[in-house]
Amino acid sequence: MKVTRRFLCPKRSVVIMFAVALVFLHSVDAAAQTGSDDLRAEVKALLERVRALETEVQALKGASAGPTQSAMNAAPPAPQLPPPGTPADSSTQLPVYGGASAAAKALNPDIGIIGNFVGAAGHNSINPLPALALQESEISLQSIVDPYARADFFLAIGENDIEVEEGYVTFTSVPWGFVPRVGRMRAAFGRVNTFHNHTLPWVDRPLVAFNLMGGSLTEADVGIKDTGISISRILPAPKGIFLEGTGEVFRGDSGSLFHSSRRTDVSVVGHLRGYRDLTESTNIELGGSYTRGHNDLGSNFITQLYAMDATLRWKPVRGPRLHSFAARTELVWSNREQVAATQRAFGFFASAEYQLGRRWFTGGRYDWSERAQNALQQDSGGSLVLTYWPSEFSQIRGQLRRTHYAEGQTANELLLQVLFTIGAHGAHPF
Amino acid sequence: MRRILEWHLWFTLLLALSLAGAAASPLFAQATSKLKVLASTADLAALAAEVGGERAEVQSLVRGNQHPHFVQAKPSYLLKLRKADLLIIVGLELESGWLTRSHHTPSLVSQSGNARIQPGAPGYFDASQYAEIVDMPSGPITPSIQPFGNPHYWLDPENGRKIAQALAHKLGELRPSDASYFDDRFRVFSKRLSDAEEIWNAEMRPYRGCKVVTYYRSWSNFLKYFQLVSVGEIEPQPGIPPSRDHASELVNLMKSQNVGIILVEPYFELKTPNNIARKTGAKVVVLPSSVGGEKGITDYFQLFDYDLAVLTKAFRSKS
Repeated sequence: MKVTRRFLCPKRSVVIMFAVALVFLHSVDAAAQTGSDDLRAEVKALLERVRALETEVQALKGASAGPTQSAMNAAPPAPQLPPPGTPADSSTQLPVYGGASAAAKALNPDIGIIGNFVGAAGHNSINPLPALALQESEISLQSIVDPYARADFFLAIGENDIEVEEGYVTFTSVPWGFVPRVGRMRAAFGRVNTFHNHTLPWVDRPLVAFNLMGGSLTEADVGIKDTGISISRILPAPKGIFLEGTGEVFRGDSGSLFHSSRRTDVSVVGHLRGYRDLTESTNIELGGSYTRGHNDLGSNFITQLYAMDATLRWKPVRGPRLHSFAARTELVWSNREQVAATQRAFGFFASAEYQLGRRWFTGGRYDWSERAQNALQQDSGGSLVLTYWPSEFSQIRGQLRRTHYAEGQTANELLLQVLFTIGAHGAHPF
Repeated sequence: MRRILEWHLWFTLLLALSLAGAAASPLFAQATSKLKVLASTADLAALAAEVGGERAEVQSLVRGNQHPHFVQAKPSYLLKLRKADLLIIVGLELESGWLTRSHHTPSLVSQSGNARIQPGAPGYFDASQYAEIVDMPSGPITPSIQPFGNPHYWLDPENGRKIAQALAHKLGELRPSDASYFDDRFRVFSKRLSDAEEIWNAEMRPYRGCKVVTYYRSWSNFLKYFQLVSVGEIEPQPGIPPSRDHASELVNLMKSQNVGIILVEPYFELKTPNNIARKTGAKVVVLPSSVGGEKGITDYFQLFDYDLAVLTKAFRSKS
């Protein structure tokens, strides 16, 4: 029977000590009632067991120096099968480290910490990054709640603040294939918005994330994220096509994009994505997104965003995985109601990444975006990226970035990023 | 008010689309259909096929020529996961990077919307619970150490037997009307395996105690069963090429201990093993560690048949 947290009170140690005491008293009582003959038999049996163990130790020592001649000539042992469905002997199970108290770790969630160090050189007076910053430290806490749900928490810690970037429960056993999530989460708007900073193929986020999607450099992790309910489901589609629909309702507060003045000022998100394997190694993904909410001018002013995204990937599944390629683009249209009139703006980015070798990646990105509040103001830019992966637990990345701002300034910068992770290590984004 | 109605309409439309899809859900499939078994790797799928026979439809997510630790979590996997009655995983964190855990979204298993295969549900089967696990860590856990022991345990035929027996029991639990069929299939498999083991052990008997180097520590169960000795690995940590110092130490060790064989899986690069082979006079042997690792290896028996044929030929050429 599975032990759940609710059965483990803070007085667990007292209960365990009490149980141990009971067992001890019982054994003392039993020993008092046992005859001396039984005791001798027990001692004899124990001595025989010790000798057998000594023999085993000697045999193991011999094995470490290479198999003995007798062992080399021996026939394979006859199969010793456990009763059907019986898990393997406890000797093959993971030992518990750290003493008796470590048993409690079994109920701890998977914990991971990802550090994101960013340095910047060059001149940029419009969106200046600090010269050196631990831009974000992300703590992830993930665990199964019960047979019906799992919880995922991601705390984004800046140098001076902390926020729940995501914290939600996913109900995994809902009928008809629905997957509801409740909590705070990154909105399923577009493709890159769902990525955390450390999973991006670049140091920064595209201009469109700041100009049209309400991002701000003051945030530890930029993106449309809010508190609410999300429901997704895989939809029927012709053979070989993966089609998924997602609907979300949020409180209506996300960066400078949405602002909720009343309880009814909720925002909604709709996302449809399709995916298909073109070959064993090549696949394509297309998505369409819509979101709508109230902006900072008040409850009577609505902002709507529409987006399309496309991703093409080539990654050989056979061989030593030395080369791969990915190209992606996202286009975003914004309709923002303002006092004078509705402001319509557009922005996009296009990028490509190529794996040069086992641990080296290069890539480029082009950005172009109008600004949501004044579409006459347009920013554009380009980046070249080089990334080195010392291991699957760390990355070192350099990015040359040139940005033309609507104010007439051009910023040339070199960004440096060091990512490192400790603890539970999950999948990389696809 | 009009705007609130608008977004209500959007949301209702999405729900209507989803409910339309529900009509095509596996929920409405006939109970007499085959059990849908999905294994993470081709080896576990091969074992499931042995005991499932014609009454189980068995698929694997990963092919035998893929490195099972570095797999991309494709959305198309969800199409298979959502239909499965039984999910079989290797466990011991082998699939944590692409199937059972995720950094920024629920894992593929959680996203599948399939209640039958969630951890703790009857349709979730961790094969490592039934196998003998080797390389259990005895000291501090570092990233170079497999924290729960070696996950390549299917390379010991006795583990194959134990897993097949547990699978037969599990399939019988899921489909009680076919329990005796699955038990019979297991007995037949077990007998065939015993016969095959006699042949395999006879083939390998002359080479017991021989020393080898492996690309990565993925052959521990195989070496233990066939009584071969590993003196070291080319890649001590997954995904990180060996340093010059490590390669130099390995060359010296191989020379001093007269190691003539380097075992490499098909999905690893051959440049480093070939360099070491040139310096030591050893032979690089490309040995698939999974069913489907080479053409013609279509079941569990053929995996050992193929590997032992290649290995004994290499040993003969070095003797």
